[in-house]
Amino acid sequence: MNVSGWILALGQTALLILLAPLLSGWIKWVKCKFQNRRGPIPWQPYRDLAKLFRKEVVMAQQASPLFRATPYLVFSVTVLASSIVPAFAVGLPTAVIADVIVMVGFFALARFFLCLAGMDLGTAFGGMGASREVTISSLTEPAMLLSIFTLAMTFTSTNLDAMVLHTLTQPFQIYPSFIFAGMSLLLVGVAECGRIPIDNPATHLELTMIHEAMILEYSGRHLALLEWASMLKMLIFGVLICNLFLPWGTALHLEPTAIAVGLLTLGIKLMGIGFVLAASESVLAKMRLFRTPELLSLAFIIALLGMLGHVILEVH
Amino acid sequence: MYLHLAHFGVFLALLAAAVSLPVRSISTGARMAFTLLGLSGLATATSGCMGMLTGCSLNLVLPIGLPWLNSHQHLDPLAGFFLLIVGGVTAIISLFGPSYVIGSVSNLAAARTLAFFTGLFVAGMYLVILAADAFSFMVAWELMSVASYFLVAHDHHKKENVDAAFIYLLMAQVGGLFILLGYGVLAGFGSGFTFTDMQAATLPVHWQHIAFALAFIGFGMKAGIVPLHVWLPQAHPVAPSHISALMSGVMLKVAVYGFIRFCYGLLGTFHWQWGVIILLVGCASALLGILYALMQQDLKRLLAYSSVENIGIIYMGLGLSVLFASNGNPVLAALGLVAALYHCINHALFKSLLFLGAGALINQSGQHDLNRMGGLMRLMPITAMCFLVGCISISALPPFNGFVSEWLTFQTALQGTVLDSGVTKSIIAVAAASLALTGALAAACFVKVFGIAFLGQARHQDTLQAHEVSFGMRASQILLASGCLLLGIFPSAAINSMQTIPTDLLGIGLSQVESGGWLWLTPISARASSYGAPLVLFGISIAWAGAYLLLHPRRRKTPVRYSPRWDCGFGSLSTRNQYTATSFSQPIRRIFRPIWPIDERVDPPSTAEDGGRYSVHVGDWAWEKLYLPLGRMIQRSAKMVTKIQGGNIRTYLAYSFFTLIVMLWIVI
Repeated sequence: MNVSGWILALGQTALLILLAPLLSGWIKWVKCKFQNRRGPIPWQPYRDLAKLFRKEVVMAQQASPLFRATPYLVFSVTVLASSIVPAFAVGLPTAVIADVIVMVGFFALARFFLCLAGMDLGTAFGGMGASREVTISSLTEPAMLLSIFTLAMTFTSTNLDAMVLHTLTQPFQIYPSFIFAGMSLLLVGVAECGRIPIDNPATHLELTMIHEAMILEYSGRHLALLEWASMLKMLIFGVLICNLFLPWGTALHLEPTAIAVGLLTLGIKLMGIGFVLAASESVLAKMRLFRTPELLSLAFIIALLGMLGHVILEVH
Repeated sequence: MYLHLAHFGVFLALLAAAVSLPVRSISTGARMAFTLLGLSGLATATSGCMGMLTGCSLNLVLPIGLPWLNSHQHLDPLAGFFLLIVGGVTAIISLFGPSYVIGSVSNLAAARTLAFFTGLFVAGMYLVILAADAFSFMVAWELMSVASYFLVAHDHHKKENVDAAFIYLLMAQVGGLFILLGYGVLAGFGSGFTFTDMQAATLPVHWQHIAFALAFIGFGMKAGIVPLHVWLPQAHPVAPSHISALMSGVMLKVAVYGFIRFCYGLLGTFHWQWGVIILLVGCASALLGILYALMQQDLKRLLAYSSVENIGIIYMGLGLSVLFASNGNPVLAALGLVAALYHCINHALFKSLLFLGAGALINQSGQHDLNRMGGLMRLMPITAMCFLVGCISISALPPFNGFVSEWLTFQTALQGTVLDSGVTKSIIAVAAASLALTGALAAACFVKVFGIAFLGQARHQDTLQAHEVSFGMRASQILLASGCLLLGIFPSAAINSMQTIPTDLLGIGLSQVESGGWLWLTPISARASSYGAPLVLFGISIAWAGAYLLLHPRRRKTPVRYSPRWDCGFGSLSTRNQYTATSFSQPIRRIFRPIWPIDERVDPPSTAEDGGRYSVHVGDWAWEKLYLPLGRMIQRSAKMVTKIQGGNIRTYLAYSFFTLIVMLWIVI
């Protein structure tokens, strides 16, 4: 039993959970700077969460047990997903619990329950959010799988750990198919995390809501758990995109210096990706809902092209 | 010994059919018949399980059948596996049956027919699997088809039921004919009708292709691959729910068994073209099946289309397996086969569960239409929980069983790079893409089903009268749901015990499945991919418990306050404010518009008070573009043939005379 490995794995999970609000705060802060606004301090999301945790829960009389269980389930599934991503080190024992297909399955499971919770009360908004969410995810989920399959076929493994390790240890090589996969994964990440141009996390304008419409009836600690889970999901996507395509800096051995370097590079990479996201959100406008399938099918087609390009051109 | 046990099961099933005829009350008849059926299921499941685990092949020649061809019976790992599925599901459904029949059938004669043909149908399925010669196989196959025809036509006072049953019978017979011809080709080159003789036959390549095509169409018609699926969405909604569960959960698997037996057991050679055809047809079935399921409002029709989808996923696994086998990668071929077989047992479990749940719903609410259900979770909590498990499993979400088989299929597809040809590699990539799309759409579809039927508020008065079903009906659903969970949590143990099947058929098993320990499922190697299903469940529980305990002090301090729903300040919400099944799938209908023939109408309001009407009807292209023109063509040609029949005796004499001359010319 690899005790230090397990401790590190738990530490990584805890770190990701704790850092997740900071990434959201950072993105919001950078976005505000782009828009010439003063903006809240980057650690504002912690205050918001603390406030929500303190508040009383008001629940609709019509709510079923499923509605009450969903925040806990969504949160715990997202936490488990965060434990299998290689964030600052490879070779952690939790990484083999599940491979990348299982991780996509985790997100799908969380979404499944979130949609059901949205439909539970029988309000128009909940159903609307659920319907839109499943529509969008029915395009993003396959696109995400395909872009990851391109990598999986190249590295002959679907374990995230093995993929990162392979890039780190093999001589550097540019695969054209990775560019397609990376582009597709970026689009998917934007859509899955409910960012502009697919969804706008900052608004409760009823006609455009997707994610917010599903969780409209939640309050207090339940809302806090759901908000935290969605921040964590965004962080996981950030880590995934960074470490699959730019894994350099990730610790190969579980030593203090290597881990410190890993942590530092992870922080820089995440700040960078947050900056890019904030910049893109500042220059793009939210899309009309019925235009989004076009963008998402583009993501799917790009991913498929990447995969076909890989099997036809890059396999010998 | 185990083979005798299986025959004892067949005997019990026939006995169940026989005892139902003389009884005088519906409830005694149903209880007796279903007890015997349950016992027969247990007996065959045990024998099948032992047959699969021991891995050896038992043979027996029964002194019945034709004078020159006694009935050959066998029990090898493949037959054992499918016997386990048929027997196990039958045993569980027997718990559900009595109260369902008592609750829904009011006429003694109808109850007798139902029980009689159920017994025959189940016995037919057992015998198909046990048969080891083409003659016994075809007799059992026809017994299964014809008995199930009477079950579909059970409620024969309604015209649509009779029509559905007729289409089912027609397609079953045409399919049977194809299978018969397929066996004919093999028997023609071999020395007899037994499977061992057919195996020994050496066929020229083009005859191999012909035999494959015949079997593919014949078994595909029963299994319901696109475009041969049209009988499924018609027959399932009209059959009683436990029969739909048997037909969809089990009978489709018997067709898959027949196909696997024919390809892997009897033909024995593999061509890459076959793999491509199976794979592409599987992709089409999976995608179109789930897209059509998404648009349905009738719950059982939706489940029927989703069976088409799942058969497609099974065929994808088989197609990959055949492709790898033809390329000389037996280990990967074994992996594809195991993925397909695992999906067979998973689909048998969750689709039976969903059909039983649908039966309970329809029984209680009196509604078939999702748009008239709603809020049933509060009225039927146990059924709702079990149905939820079924929905999660069929949507391929971890940690349930449907996910494992899709994961295995993905793993097989990702090994496609070892193939030699670029074309087949690209086809595999496209197949992986369509499987990914199918999985996501399936989740969308079953969010809709569960959300509309069980959550929200009741959309129709009748739904409010529903209450939880009887003990037997609950018990069978709970058993199936726990089966889904167990096969999802302990996949490596289950797959390890299935090793005998690929070892028997392909000569090689999956040696690496438990190479990382029993906790991890590692189909190819520990490096390539691993899935620790028990750890996933454990991890989710730990995280859940952590979050719950951390919040516990807060929960004590501020308990949940209940209040009305948020109505945006406009006053009370009515049940008509909710999304319906139709509006829920509207965005997807808009994206994939050309896939369905859609008849969408908006009638403008006639008076100022009238709000106008909107109606949408989604058809099936296969039916409108393939079967209806075919039917019209047959009718036209029949009309043309009637011209021969002029009613003039001289013409008839002339026909006889010319026929005689032609005959003489042929003979001499």
